[in-house]
Amino acid sequence: MILCDDSTIEFMPQPGAGAPVWRGRVSSGEELKDFAAAAHLAGGRLAAMWGSDSRRRGGGFHLHCVFGLDTGHAWLSLALPADEPAYPDLSGIFPAANRMQRATRDLVGIATEGGDQRPWLRHGAWPADWYPLRHDAVHEVGMGLGFQNFPSDYDFVQVGGEGAHEIPVGPIHAGIIEPGHFRFSVVGERVLRLEQRLGYQHKGVEKLFIGADIARGARLVGRVSGDSTCAFAWAFAAAVEAACRVAAPRRALLLRALMLERERIANHLGDLGALGNDAAFAFGLTQFLRLKEDWLRLNHQVFGHRFMMDCIVPGGVAADVDRPALDAIVLQCDNVGRQVKELRALYDEHSGLQDRFVTTGVVGAALARELSLTGMGARASGILLDGRAHRQGYTPPPPYAELGVRPAIDERGDVAARVAVRFDEVSESLRLLREIAAAMRLGETRADVAPVADAGGLGVIEGWRGEVLVGVQFDSDGKFARVHPHDPSWQAWPALEHAVMKDIVPDFPLINKSFNLSYSGADL
Amino acid sequence: MIRLLRHIFRTGILTEPTPDAGEGPQREIDRLHDEILHILGRALTIREVDAGSCNGCELEIHALNNPYYNLEGRGIRFVASPRHADMLLVTGPVTKNMENALRIAYDCTPDPKLVIAVGDCGCNGGVFGESYASCGAIENVVGVDLRIPGCPPAPLALMQGILAAVRKSK
Repeated sequence: MILCDDSTIEFMPQPGAGAPVWRGRVSSGEELKDFAAAAHLAGGRLAAMWGSDSRRRGGGFHLHCVFGLDTGHAWLSLALPADEPAYPDLSGIFPAANRMQRATRDLVGIATEGGDQRPWLRHGAWPADWYPLRHDAVHEVGMGLGFQNFPSDYDFVQVGGEGAHEIPVGPIHAGIIEPGHFRFSVVGERVLRLEQRLGYQHKGVEKLFIGADIARGARLVGRVSGDSTCAFAWAFAAAVEAACRVAAPRRALLLRALMLERERIANHLGDLGALGNDAAFAFGLTQFLRLKEDWLRLNHQVFGHRFMMDCIVPGGVAADVDRPALDAIVLQCDNVGRQVKELRALYDEHSGLQDRFVTTGVVGAALARELSLTGMGARASGILLDGRAHRQGYTPPPPYAELGVRPAIDERGDVAARVAVRFDEVSESLRLLREIAAAMRLGETRADVAPVADAGGLGVIEGWRGEVLVGVQFDSDGKFARVHPHDPSWQAWPALEHAVMKDIVPDFPLINKSFNLSYSGADL
Repeated sequence: MIRLLRHIFRTGILTEPTPDAGEGPQREIDRLHDEILHILGRALTIREVDAGSCNGCELEIHALNNPYYNLEGRGIRFVASPRHADMLLVTGPVTKNMENALRIAYDCTPDPKLVIAVGDCGCNGGVFGESYASCGAIENVVGVDLRIPGCPPAPLALMQGILAAVRKSK
């Protein structure tokens, strides 16, 4: 991998056929910072960051950073001492590091030297000097025995000036939606600043992975974010397969892609309807929810679950389709494709709707790059980045390499662009589903996976929101020492803070829905 | 505009009963609607509270308002404030970080109130259980009248649960 020629870091390519990942070690915080700066200069992004406790194996702690580069992902690990582990603040290079660093400190107790020291996931449910992911942290069973829960205040950035005031929203929001807190600073209706405080969905997922076996891990990872269960399950399976040197059979890979594209379409259909509704076009919600319901019912019929939970497992898939099921899928693609095309024309010609969509909630390409944005949000800001598609120096993992994905792109960066990209992605995914159905041949659907002691792996999958990563590390008994699932919402939440600036408060629901970010996926 | 109206006309009303021969889910939906209305004799308002779910349960609760289930069309409405609600529909597990907010929402809901725990996590903590960050089941934090298991429960199961809770309270 060529990034900076003078770098002394030795990278080893991750084995297997998954998304290209190079693994390397850095010996000092400075070296990590230098690499981060070089990655930034090369147009790269911070893809994920987490910490792990390695003291049981005789070491101290580890900080793991994954950088997304043109050619693939660089996974760097930095060993830190057992006493007062600390590393340089990377948020000056990649602003996306801010919340990840704070979460790493709250969970593992390795902190940055300087930078934002406010807690992120810890709201007061456990003491500041107790770190849940340290192996010597004593976990009491049962809520009566746990720590006293003292909900804490949070040091929001104050906006001053004449007429400026705050609107606090949440954690319980007005609709049927996950909890989080938004603090708007406004003058009149104009939003000067939005600051999010998340972590309300933090339910200790990463702790539950420690000591779990592969089967238990697969069930857990499918419930990190319910709307992205296929993406997380696949990224986890890819990570485990890379660690255990197992290749999923071709039929299983095609079935995974079939499920992932169905998940993408289901979410886009729901959000396109909700976007219409948030601009007072209830017709849109009704029509798209109808299509989505048909879609989910076929999921249930074919895979036994409306969201295909637990269908993707390490080694392959736990569900198979027969020819009549494939025929039903293709027939539905034709039907939904035709109707979505009609609905798109109606959305496009509806002036009231377009008035709300166009120039609302703009995230420009430069900002999107700065914030390490990926996925649908990035593509709507003019960044041609899709882990399923070929690009210079990058070959997507199978089966996408043979399917030839044409990524959607729109340069406007506003709600209208995110609507357009979603429409384009629905059509492209419908095409992919037909291709997959045609390419499907009889064969094995699952390979045996045996854990390999002390092995590690990283899986990367282009979910409907963006890049989903899962890093796994086995212990010496073949159980998980650490699993870190990473949702693209980590990077996209701060983009939402920027997108709403200069717009008015009533535009926020629309802008928010155009991203529809995960709380649970990022709070873990 | 003409095209829009044509689309509405062509779609028709999907909530209407299917022909007699069909014993599919549509008939079940109609039966449930009628029974809920019969028991209540008035509208029911629901405040949904996500106290820590993975968002899977929320997807299915959203589906209740699609034209097939059309809950709102039968006078059962989701409201923004717990002060306007007859029923709390709570998904879990209750995170420690949401424990306080859930208690406040519960206290704000006027008596007599019904509380339904939705999903395996809401019923018993599910895959997440109880931990430093999770209180587990909804009933560990607020009183629960009825549990709807499932991961996530399908819309029909949700409707049946809402009906059972209302019937139980009579």
